Amino acid sequence: MSQAIEYKYRPENLNESAPNVHSESTLSRDEMVINIGPQHPSTHGVLRLEVVTDGEIVVDVVPHLGYLHRCFEKHAESVAMNGVIPFVDRMDYVGAMNSEHAYAMGVERMLGIGEKIPKRVEYIRVLVAELNRIASHFVAIGTYGLDIGAFTPFLWVMRDREHILRLLEWVSGARMLYNYIWIGGLYYDLPAGFEEKCTEFINYLKPKLVELDEVLMNNTIFIERTANVGMIPRNLAINYGVTGPILRGSGLRLDYRRVDGYSVYPELDFDVPIGTGAMGQTGDCWDRTWVRVQEVKESVKIIEQCLTQLKGDHKRTRDFDPRELVPKKIRPKAQDLYVRAENPKGELGFFFRTDGRSDIAVRCKARGCSFSNLSILPAISKGYMVADLIAIVGSLDFVMGEVDR
Amino acid sequence: MTTEDFKHLIDLNLGEGTVLSIDENATPKAVVIAPTQIVAVCELLKDNDQTYFDLLSCLTAIDNGPEVNTMEVIYNLYSIPLEHSLMIKTVLDRASPAIDTVSHLWKTADWHEREAFDLFGISFNSHPDLRRILMPADWEGYPMRKDYEEPATYRGMKTIREEEDPS
Repeated sequence: MSQAIEYKYRPENLNESAPNVHSESTLSRDEMVINIGPQHPSTHGVLRLEVVTDGEIVVDVVPHLGYLHRCFEKHAESVAMNGVIPFVDRMDYVGAMNSEHAYAMGVERMLGIGEKIPKRVEYIRVLVAELNRIASHFVAIGTYGLDIGAFTPFLWVMRDREHILRLLEWVSGARMLYNYIWIGGLYYDLPAGFEEKCTEFINYLKPKLVELDEVLMNNTIFIERTANVGMIPRNLAINYGVTGPILRGSGLRLDYRRVDGYSVYPELDFDVPIGTGAMGQTGDCWDRTWVRVQEVKESVKIIEQCLTQLKGDHKRTRDFDPRELVPKKIRPKAQDLYVRAENPKGELGFFFRTDGRSDIAVRCKARGCSFSNLSILPAISKGYMVADLIAIVGSLDFVMGEVDR
Repeated sequence: MTTEDFKHLIDLNLGEGTVLSIDENATPKAVVIAPTQIVAVCELLKDNDQTYFDLLSCLTAIDNGPEVNTMEVIYNLYSIPLEHSLMIKTVLDRASPAIDTVSHLWKTADWHEREAFDLFGISFNSHPDLRRILMPADWEGYPMRKDYEEPATYRGMKTIREEEDPS
């Protein structure tokens, strides 16, 4: 028998559970508090902005977070390390492959097998991770257009993203939460014919990216709404721990795929685009979106090179087993380790502590990129119009699964 | 620079014995310091031209449980121009865990410290805005502590779903 929930609505409960920092008594005569709720589709229902406005001008912004509570860190302390991977997926659910890659890399380093992973496995990992990076950037670009009022680019990139999700579903059996990259290997080799289908998709995608440039990035309305809005100076970004396309939009060429050179990235040829203030000032909303569009093009380059390798030097053979190195027993020696990777949204870090006695980590802290990226919002949005605040929030491209783990 | 060099630099500027030990077992290698020294050490490492740690990548709190009776705060620093990393470890007393804030040096520490306060109950002295960040303001207990037990109800709502009787 299920019992009815014994909960009585009392207005003061709401006051207590999510207190406003500003109140009637602290505001001056012309100011008012407006609650701006979920706006960006990847923040559905989980982020409330307490905005103090003076007319149309934003005086102060206080983000209130914390509604999802999927308890990643608590789970990671109670489940064996290979069982944590599905939870890793759920943090950044639009870029799950990249998060899996980072997590698997960390555990492999603790086990000392990081250098022994077969090249074919590494190329497949980079291939699926870059496919997922394109899908994640498409969500960012498309929904950002939607925030500004451009509906067509949203439909176009969502259509193309669907092709990627179908490819990844073919690979792993799941649409968004893959559990494909395992510690020491992969769940399965690529399905037969995948390389050909992927090449077909890349050839289809290239002209679409030219279209995207024309319809969104060079659109006068889009430029007017995003150029010279929400500039993030480089020093401020670093001080707030902001990484990824946002930091690169501010003109710093920091990409851990290049700096750390993990996996097979050192063998691949790709550029790291940075914002130059082409339409306004460096580090404005337009620059950040432009960097994402350019990164999609770079990912296409990477995927092509991976496919060449996977069809050439490291092609599928009968005796190749992607699970060969998957350890039967995961028991790293007692140690602390911090691992980081370049996710679509920035630096995803994992801090591990193991005690050497069990296959469960004593502590596994996730340093989500979106958490740090969101924290800069109050610092850059003061003095803009409320409509510009929406543009700034969208350009930060955070996923709440990662802000509130 | 190696971890020995960092240790040498810290000891030279802040007095011999500031670095209690070097943890070779950590990746990147860690220096262990007393919690009272954290602001001085961070200030030195951030501003010194040789170290220039401009990015605080991660701030981790760890509860070692009631038997050991300690907590730890761990800082992962990275220098973007010089491309070196360092881990700083501090050990706190579990009965009244407190450490000085570094949020005036790196703004990103602001939210990380609020998170550590929220989930572990570590208080950060002179933090500008030490409120809970993920849990409701009136939540009792600190969920990431090892001896935390989830309360059965929160304002009359059950926090644990009871299995329905299949019969």
